[in-house]
Amino acid sequence: MRTTRLSDRAFALAALLLAGVVLFVTAAILLGIVDGSQPTIGSFGFAFITGQNWDPVQEEYGALPFIYGTLVTSFSALLMAGLAGVGAAIFLAEIAPGKVRTPLSFMVELLAGIPSIVYGIWGLFVLAPLLREDVVPFLKGTLGWTGLFQGPFYGPSVLTASVVLALMVLPIVTAVSRDVLLAVPANQREAMLGLGATRWEVIRSAVLPYARSGILGALILGLGRAVGETMAVTMVIGNRSEITASLLKPGNTMASVIANEFAEATTPFHQSALIEVGLLLFVITLITNMIARALVWRAGRGLETAGRA
Amino acid sequence: MLTQEEDNKMRFRMIGAVGLVATVLLSACGEAATPTTAPVATATTSAASTAPTATTGSAAGGTATAPVAAAPTATTIVVGNAGASLLINGAGATFPVPIYTKWFAEYSNVDKDVRFNYQPIGSGAGIQQIQNQTVDFGGSDAPMTDAQLQQAKGGELFHIPTVSGAVVAIYNLPGASKGLKLDGETLANIYLGNITTWDDPAIVSQNSDMAAYLKGDIAVTERSDGSGTTNIFTSYLSAVSPEWKSSVGSGTAVKWPVGLGARGNAGVAGLVQQTPGGFGYVELAYAKQNNLPYAFMKNGAGEFTEPTIEATALAAEGVTIPDDLRVTIVNSSTAGSYPIAGFTYILVYKMQMDPAKGTGLANFLWWATHDGETLAKSLDYAPLSADMTQRVEAKIQALDCGGSPCYK
Amino acid sequence: MSGLMQADAPPGTWQMSARRLRSRRVTDRLMRGLIWLSIMLAVVPLLFILGWIALKGAGAINLDLFTQLPGPPDDPHTGFANGIVGTLILVGIASVISVPVGIGAGIYLSEFGGSKTNIAIRFATDVLVGVPSITIGVFVYTLMVRPMGSFSAIAGGVALSLVMIPLIVRSTEEMLKLVPQAIREAALALGAPVWRTVLRYALPMALPGVITGILLAMARAAGETAPLLFTALGNNQWSAGLDQPVAALTLQVYFGAQSAYEVQKQQAWAGALVLVALVFITSVLARLAVRRAHARTR
Repeated sequence: MRTTRLSDRAFALAALLLAGVVLFVTAAILLGIVDGSQPTIGSFGFAFITGQNWDPVQEEYGALPFIYGTLVTSFSALLMAGLAGVGAAIFLAEIAPGKVRTPLSFMVELLAGIPSIVYGIWGLFVLAPLLREDVVPFLKGTLGWTGLFQGPFYGPSVLTASVVLALMVLPIVTAVSRDVLLAVPANQREAMLGLGATRWEVIRSAVLPYARSGILGALILGLGRAVGETMAVTMVIGNRSEITASLLKPGNTMASVIANEFAEATTPFHQSALIEVGLLLFVITLITNMIARALVWRAGRGLETAGRA
Repeated sequence: MLTQEEDNKMRFRMIGAVGLVATVLLSACGEAATPTTAPVATATTSAASTAPTATTGSAAGGTATAPVAAAPTATTIVVGNAGASLLINGAGATFPVPIYTKWFAEYSNVDKDVRFNYQPIGSGAGIQQIQNQTVDFGGSDAPMTDAQLQQAKGGELFHIPTVSGAVVAIYNLPGASKGLKLDGETLANIYLGNITTWDDPAIVSQNSDMAAYLKGDIAVTERSDGSGTTNIFTSYLSAVSPEWKSSVGSGTAVKWPVGLGARGNAGVAGLVQQTPGGFGYVELAYAKQNNLPYAFMKNGAGEFTEPTIEATALAAEGVTIPDDLRVTIVNSSTAGSYPIAGFTYILVYKMQMDPAKGTGLANFLWWATHDGETLAKSLDYAPLSADMTQRVEAKIQALDCGGSPCYK
Repeated sequence: MSGLMQADAPPGTWQMSARRLRSRRVTDRLMRGLIWLSIMLAVVPLLFILGWIALKGAGAINLDLFTQLPGPPDDPHTGFANGIVGTLILVGIASVISVPVGIGAGIYLSEFGGSKTNIAIRFATDVLVGVPSITIGVFVYTLMVRPMGSFSAIAGGVALSLVMIPLIVRSTEEMLKLVPQAIREAALALGAPVWRTVLRYALPMALPGVITGILLAMARAAGETAPLLFTALGNNQWSAGLDQPVAALTLQVYFGAQSAYEVQKQQAWAGALVLVALVFITSVLARLAVRRAHARTR
């Protein structure tokens, strides 16, 4: 919106200043991280990203296993939580009978407030044994040939971490998607229903296209949470810095290695290495967001052309 | 029955009150136009707003000379307003938290004007905080290195050992109780991945009485978070196994050759408990409180000893203690000693900037290392030896509050 | 905005064969079934977790928890009263900072920004969401705690506000964008200034969603441990002022859960339950407030 009114300009300026705070803070954090990781950037260079050896005693640092672990757990989690979360949001916004809608919505919000350490302890003491006794034998039997479910399973693993992350991401994806869906003007639906369309047709043609960018936004928020989550993941992932295809093996993530070692990192080099892991995490978030943004933009453009046609 | 009901009512009232506070806060942030922190302040203590400003003023400005004059005024304000309490902040090792909180609780009956706050953020973090002077005292399970001491911004740092403790090897062999006998070499080989099954001759040969339980794979567990416990444990492995020393080494975080990493003592204990064949290491109190079977370790004198308070205390005997009290006591050869043990330290600056805090701290340390030591045993810590207590006394008396001793 | 008329034309003409109609109905049934399945998938495990906390926590709840300070493990009459107050203080400070910033930035993104500034700011928000909370803690530590020479409630609040801001920005922007453009145009056509149009018409329409966003953010902040470790630090005592270390329920749950002693583990469970209850109460209250505000404006 453009305007010449003084009060409006002041309003726009105020909003810009507040938006600037976000930009400024992010830039400041980035600068802080870059500055803090200078020692290891200087001495390891690119080998820091490709190296697989992480040994604080010998002061040798390669972060590839953590990068791998973060990507695998986050995307597995998003795969699980994205589908269920958007489905659940459609249910809450479009299908749910009035009586269950409010309590269910409440519950979803409530779950976003459970401290992550609780998810972690639950994952360690309830989920891991459950997976070990019931789920994993079944997975090995049916999907063992894929190579994703090989080797002995003790409990803490990439799989366990992914499931816990999915559960943590779910409330966010659901709650935000639901709000987006609810905001789609009712007249669209009514018009289509009036024309004799089924519920699903209405959802598919009148609701989802309109809400697509918002839902993608919700998924990005979810991914952000998954990538940055520390405490819960650390408790259930097994914390081994190895790269394996099997989801049953223990792994490690960037956020969890920072959380695990930062408090006890006493040499400047070790600290710098952990901060550089933080920097890499920053970059990964940046890249995933760029991809997601591009997707939204393309989806939006497709939508516009369709609308004009 | 009636009391139960009343109790419930009370509970609801409390929840209601909490809800009310939440509303106040919520409305405060909802109407962001009225930028007031007033409800926050009233929710805590009315005296708070004036007192701490003065206290921190002296702490923050505590670089040179001015604070000496400023601080007494601070205390009088605090005492005048709140009727109590100078808050002394500390942070660091997780290991001594139970005994420290016990001491703080008991000491509040001795000196009502000083309150203590200690947060278990880890030994390494405790060292950093005392280096950066963001706390009044630090806590660490490992003595600081020379390099670390040089980075201390407030000058010379004293190591005050408070208690010592044992790290024990726990296991999950269905049916077996405590008392699996292990020597250092075998323990190192398990953590190196050289021994992978319970029926390995190196284990069975020393435990013929437990042979029935010794079967299956060993599910090795270790701490994923950096920890003083890991430091003591790996120091011990380095002391007994040249292979461990050269290929892994010791520290708060190491590159483990094998095993699953779990977070915290609780994580390790939990994982061992729920995994048949599980094996890990935790603090003694942890094994005792949770009834986890633990191994008897072979000490430097060749005896298999149970990790008891007495055996832990013996580990510190016969060790030459240097002037700065920085000492490692693993693999002790004293008869009857348990070999995986270590001191935990409180770190304080020799030159105390704030005389009120300095005196409070010195008096507390004196009480803790004398009267306080009698409380150690009930919480599974070993008290200081008479010799060590004497050495500590000298350190406490040397604490300097603007030219005169802090300890009064 | 083309959104209002972008829907695909409903499939086919309306004189279709009975078979076509049946297949459409089958698809409808199938998709609805899948949606039911996904809500089950979402709700059942979550109910499971909630029930588990309730079970673990309820057994450990007693009055001392709400009135007493933490203490040694051999004293059963201890609690986390200071932690409850501390968490409220911290989330309060964080909200005072993040709500205006978040809503302001959200308004800017949806109502004013040019494409380039918007891309930059959106990017910053998305990236900020992904910064691990422990990194935020470390950042605030170097920025505030070290220069001030002390851990403090303020530093903790600032750290939590950095967790909340991006969440609020994103939800505010999304919600504002969904307010039909026609509303704004109508208000502007009647001569209302932009600020009035936004604050008086667009924002109130988006308010339920915006509030949800704020609540989610507050809930997330209340449940955070990592950013507080190096900022608020935690405190065994009552808060001694906003420039001093302050207790937080999450820190107490975190440390309690690691304890060797049953009493303290029990307290950690109770603490987790109380935390969830706090989030629940806030959520209900805010909903009621929004409903009332809406009733008034209409």
